[in-house]
Amino acid sequence: MHADPIGVLTGAHFIDGDHACSEGAIAAGCRFVAGYPITPSTEVVERIADRFPFVGGVFIQMEDEIASSIAIQGAVWGGKKAMTVTSGPGFSLMMEHIGFAAMTETPCVFVDVQRAGPSTGLPTMPAQGDMMQARWGSHGDYQIIAIAPNSPQECFDLTIHAFNLSERYRVPVMMMMDECVGHMIERVVIPEAEKIEVHNRKVYEGPKENYLAFEAGRDLVPTMVKAGDGYKIHVTGLTHDEKGYPNMSVATQAKLVQRLMDKIRLNADDIIKYEEENVEGADIVVVTFGITSRTAIPAIEQARAKGLKVGHLRLIVCWPFPEKRIRELAGRVKAIVMPELNMGQMVYEVERCAAGKCNVVSVPHAGGTVHQPKDILAAIEKSIRGK
Amino acid sequence: MPEELYEIEANIPANPIEEYLRMDRMPHIWCPGCGIGTTVNCFVRALQTSGLDLDKVAVVSGIGCTGRVAGYMNLDSFHTTHGRAIPFATGLKLANPELKVVVYSGDGDLTAIGGNHFIHAARRNMDITVILINNMIYGMTGGQVAPTTPVGATASTTPHGNFEETFNLPFLAESCGAVYVARWTAHHVRHLTKSIKEALAKKGFSFIEILAPCPTLYSRRNKLGDGLDQMEFYRDHSQIKNGADTKSVAIDFQGDIVVGKFVDKERPTYLEAMNNHYQKKYGDRYVPSEEMRKVFHA
Amino acid sequence: MPRTEIKIGGFGGQGVILSGYILGRAASIFDHKNATMIQAFGPEARGSATSAQLIISDEPITYPYIVAPNVMVLMSQEAYSKFSPELAPGGMLLTEEDLVATHNLRSDVKHYSIPATRFAEELGKRLVLNIVMLGFATAITNIVGREAARNAVKVSVPKGTEELNFAAFEKGYEYGLKLLKGEPEKVMA
Repeated sequence: MHADPIGVLTGAHFIDGDHACSEGAIAAGCRFVAGYPITPSTEVVERIADRFPFVGGVFIQMEDEIASSIAIQGAVWGGKKAMTVTSGPGFSLMMEHIGFAAMTETPCVFVDVQRAGPSTGLPTMPAQGDMMQARWGSHGDYQIIAIAPNSPQECFDLTIHAFNLSERYRVPVMMMMDECVGHMIERVVIPEAEKIEVHNRKVYEGPKENYLAFEAGRDLVPTMVKAGDGYKIHVTGLTHDEKGYPNMSVATQAKLVQRLMDKIRLNADDIIKYEEENVEGADIVVVTFGITSRTAIPAIEQARAKGLKVGHLRLIVCWPFPEKRIRELAGRVKAIVMPELNMGQMVYEVERCAAGKCNVVSVPHAGGTVHQPKDILAAIEKSIRGK
Repeated sequence: MPEELYEIEANIPANPIEEYLRMDRMPHIWCPGCGIGTTVNCFVRALQTSGLDLDKVAVVSGIGCTGRVAGYMNLDSFHTTHGRAIPFATGLKLANPELKVVVYSGDGDLTAIGGNHFIHAARRNMDITVILINNMIYGMTGGQVAPTTPVGATASTTPHGNFEETFNLPFLAESCGAVYVARWTAHHVRHLTKSIKEALAKKGFSFIEILAPCPTLYSRRNKLGDGLDQMEFYRDHSQIKNGADTKSVAIDFQGDIVVGKFVDKERPTYLEAMNNHYQKKYGDRYVPSEEMRKVFHA
Repeated sequence: MPRTEIKIGGFGGQGVILSGYILGRAASIFDHKNATMIQAFGPEARGSATSAQLIISDEPITYPYIVAPNVMVLMSQEAYSKFSPELAPGGMLLTEEDLVATHNLRSDVKHYSIPATRFAEELGKRLVLNIVMLGFATAITNIVGREAARNAVKVSVPKGTEELNFAAFEKGYEYGLKLLKGEPEKVMA
């Protein structure tokens, strides 16, 4: 199915990543957004607030991020596609509702335009310090999907992708932007509506009696209905059975949590998305995501000019993590170098998958700006020295 | 079990409210003497005569004893997170204005952890009905002090007595802009049923506070007897004062309780304000959602 | 065109960001080059010296920030003091003649200036100073074509002010061409 043309601004635009994210959401069919002002993400909701009255959408500025992150879920059960948008401190406030969305299998998108933390940190400057929070921030065991764009164009394209994955797997999807990408202005080409692929949740239309709202088929993703359809559904954050009824048993917990994990894990090959360049035959692979994928390129080029065999793997989907691919690479390269705008987060995943088979070098950065290519170059050179 | 007992059970006529409940979830978790079930009965009887299409009524609860109401109603029902029933209901209503969205939750849930949402939904005149069960205590977690615990009462976290000022909820709701404000007790079943029916028919933010006994944690700890004693107290110490100034209806420990309908007024609801604003400003350029069009632009 | 870094500086209210945006839009949308613009955000952006950073290139732009600007367009003394030392060796400096005194300018820098405020005032709107500077920069640097720049001006300025802005652009552009007549070649061609 393709995008509703009413929301699609086909053409070439010179806009920032935040605005491109808004346009991506509209093209994806998002028609409810709740948010609370916070730098550097506010431009996303500002544009949504400006555009929504003309495309059949409702935007509401809620009283805080906690309210925003649950209002969107009310809207989803009212039949809409919905998202909320925030940055560091606001993202912290939303954590409980990421768990609620995971538990109730409410498809929705959380946009986090990352800024340097902890706490108030550097509100107007970039970081990638929320990557582990995106994965693990809510209590208990669950799975989410997280995506990291590296340009305004990708803020558009991948926001659509985020909604599509969210609808497909009924899972909260984190759009992990950062201040640099969010405020960077570049050309964004918006295709014609019929060229934009849009997925919608599987809707149940069978008999109303004995409808099992949380019974999943082989793909482990249940069908969905909305409030008002006459199915008299019950949705709870408590451990629940297929009917959606609370059930405080160990067996129900085991079955439910296992399925919530498996619907992402077992479909990981379809969800995982990365780009590689010069990885075949490389001695060193630089693994990046988001804005860091761009700052690493000059370093990789300089290293290759010096004769080093350096490849580049860029995570587009960060969670689930491409474990298999990193394991494979670790078995045949000398080193993996991972620059990220945090003090070392995704690199733990790399280390876990490499399991000692190759040298893993973190290039940490506390945030506030992006890496200097020379620092990444130095790490690349150091990574195989003495090996 | 002897054969004849089966016979007797089979001959018990169905309770007329059964079809409104998820009977496959009974028995419920509420304690003997708890007032919540009584209020649910009133809610159902209000629904019965409300003329509402029950396929279009949704109940949203937070967490706590009252938070379990959503799970027992045979309606679209949402048992959300602690304190967040109102913002969830806000999203639900804005997504589909055809729905009658009822928030049914407790005093701690709605006015402590959820207090911020309560005041803003009232300010916006959000199109929802809020039914708040005030048992003056956190029941589910074992009897801790709430913003609604009267001064002088004890709770597990105020073992030496509560000295914090108590929320006067009707005053709070009115101050923030609620268009319908009433207070009843679990004893006033007829008044309450009528009041819920009125609140359901009301556009905008309607609010009913219902005092209900928590014999297990509040009454016992405060040596007030059991559920029946509390109901008798409500009977003997309630004064019906419709139209009373909400400033004057604060609750004291075992003092008289002013009940009644305090506020019933009109002002534009959130949805009306939004639709009128855009319609006026942009005319045909304004594109309301399909659901919005059905309700506001028919 | 190889990666070219441009910094536009001035004080708040001069339309610094808008002129950077128009230049980037001209390059990106109308000249089909790659352009990346970074805005200075935060309290510092509201204070005195504010700047727009722009990179224009035929190649994909990887590193998004400017390192050493090849071109600088400065419209205030403070911006000059603060930013001009960052200029790349042999870089080009364009200044507003009456607002910037180019003290201690490095000898490797190619410097051009224009009384843009006066021109803007002659056109009846001091506000279009930034568009005069833009026309001037377009003529001197040739980073973007005249038509691309005019198209970008047209779609970026408030409706109803297009003619005034075109006049401002042309004023700056013509002045730039005249200045260049004394020059053997366009430096950034």
